[in-house]
Amino acid sequence: MARAVTNSRKTINTIASWAVGLLIFFPILWTILTSFKTEAQAINDPPIWFFFDWTLENYSVVQGRSDYMRHLWNSIIIAGGSTVIGTIIAVPAAWAMAFIPSRRTKDILLWMLSTKMLPAVGVLYPIYLIFIELNLLDTRTGLVIVLMLIDLPIIVWMLYTYFREIPGEILEAARMDGATLRDEILYVLTPMALPGIASTILLNVILAWNEAFWTLNLTAANAAPLTAFIASYSSPEGLFFAKLSAASVMAIAPILILGWFSQKQLVRGLTFGAVK
Amino acid sequence: MGQIVLNQVQKKFGEVEVIPPLDLTIEDGEFAVFVGPSGCGKSTLLRLIAGLEDITAGSIQIDGKESSDMPPARRGLAMVFQSYALYPHMTVRKNIAFPLRMAKLDRAEIDKRVANAAQVLNLTDYLDRRPGQLSGGQRQRVAIGRAIVREPAAFLFDEPLSNLDAALRVGMRLEISELHSRLATTMVYVTHDQVEAMTMADKIVVLNAGVIEQVGSPLELYHSPRNRFVAGFIGSPKMNFIEGESAASRGAHTIGIRPEHISVSESEGEWSGVVGVSEHLGSDTFFHIQDTGLAETITVRADGEVGYQHGDRIKLSPRTDMIHKFDPQGLRIA
Repeated sequence: MARAVTNSRKTINTIASWAVGLLIFFPILWTILTSFKTEAQAINDPPIWFFFDWTLENYSVVQGRSDYMRHLWNSIIIAGGSTVIGTIIAVPAAWAMAFIPSRRTKDILLWMLSTKMLPAVGVLYPIYLIFIELNLLDTRTGLVIVLMLIDLPIIVWMLYTYFREIPGEILEAARMDGATLRDEILYVLTPMALPGIASTILLNVILAWNEAFWTLNLTAANAAPLTAFIASYSSPEGLFFAKLSAASVMAIAPILILGWFSQKQLVRGLTFGAVK
Repeated sequence: MGQIVLNQVQKKFGEVEVIPPLDLTIEDGEFAVFVGPSGCGKSTLLRLIAGLEDITAGSIQIDGKESSDMPPARRGLAMVFQSYALYPHMTVRKNIAFPLRMAKLDRAEIDKRVANAAQVLNLTDYLDRRPGQLSGGQRQRVAIGRAIVREPAAFLFDEPLSNLDAALRVGMRLEISELHSRLATTMVYVTHDQVEAMTMADKIVVLNAGVIEQVGSPLELYHSPRNRFVAGFIGSPKMNFIEGESAASRGAHTIGIRPEHISVSESEGEWSGVVGVSEHLGSDTFFHIQDTGLAETITVRADGEVGYQHGDRIKLSPRTDMIHKFDPQGLRIA
């Protein structure tokens, strides 16, 4: 017998959900609020909530001092480029693993995932030296390569789980219909797996956008993305919270907006494989 | 044109031999049905012909050409899958047109053939729908349409009616048989349902654990099964098998008699027993007789409605000309 959900139950659930949501969102909310305060009010104790002198001076200082647009452009190219190239490499790989698995396939997948357990700092020196040799330091190309390699395991894994959901018989039907391997992947597999591919791309763009370790260590003036932009505001001269907040908001705004508009897609993608 | 010849075809999955070396010829225009219990290798055999699996040894000739190493696309065959395998992201029209697109035919020709196939299969009103918006029977017809449009040397059907409800199955059976008469193309059909096999086939291939037990027309298999397996597989309800005295007195280790070849009477008959479960269909009545001393249960079919009750003692008379005799190895004794 189905249990009736009472109205009071629903109210409690709603309040609880909002509370948890606000709790998680709080740091970002605080940053946004702080970015509109003056420096003095930013470090006020006790902290001021809404009733301060709202000002845009932080934003104008930040914009004047460093080139936001260049950093933004670098972030877009690095995050976008590494994800797109990674996806192009991962689709055939995931296809092979999903539809023609061998005895070693599971091992390979787990090994790929294990590379993500490696502390990045352990390979910083070798990569840095290689980059110097190849003239890739402080270039967008270099960062695209590194981030692509870092995210490749995740992209392959996610595509693998989505491809497994596709009935193999449909691809066999395509083969019987005269499709070559290229036709099969292009006209049948990709359109059918599009939601999964879209979710994978979205998630990886976000991961690459937020990637701080490599972007900070391998870039200087030319290829610095928004992560370096924020970092430049936590300097030895002292922490300017208001300006730091403004810089942070400008750095995360694009990805927050992207995430907001694609949240349904993201949730669907992340939970897709979970329900059988 | 559509002749298929299998020469010593063998299939192993790793070390497991699923199909021992096997020979089979399917003539052009024939409707051949592969039938057998689950796991007997009939679907595997079909997939070997289609090219979806590689053969471990032997050769396959399709239409006179050596095809063992050809990919499925080049063998000139079309397949209808059990799950229909329609492209869910394409309309019916695009589904049917897909093989023609792959063959790089021009627009006008594609449109013409699609319209033709749609008309033959009563799909013209559904051309712009997606598979998700169709019923099971309609989807099956789209799958058949996609196969017809290629004008293949032979059609391959992999248990196409298994996912349909019983009423639909009967209707589709007739449609497929009609299609065969109309197109006169070779058809290879896999099923576990021996009624489908009996009603549709020109030639039935009975398979058991990868081995061909017998090849023949439906009536040949019904009247002269080569061994106990075929005898027990063809015919519903199953043939009754009797060992012991009744068999020995007829010069065989085992005798078989079909339920429809035994008559029941209250007074006279060679055997006697007690009525157990009885099934009344109106058109026939099936009795499951116990305590005969011949076998655990003897199944008997009676015409129309016959009113014996559970527990009645009755006598059974087998038709002597319809008794099948088998030796200790299960092979037919003439």
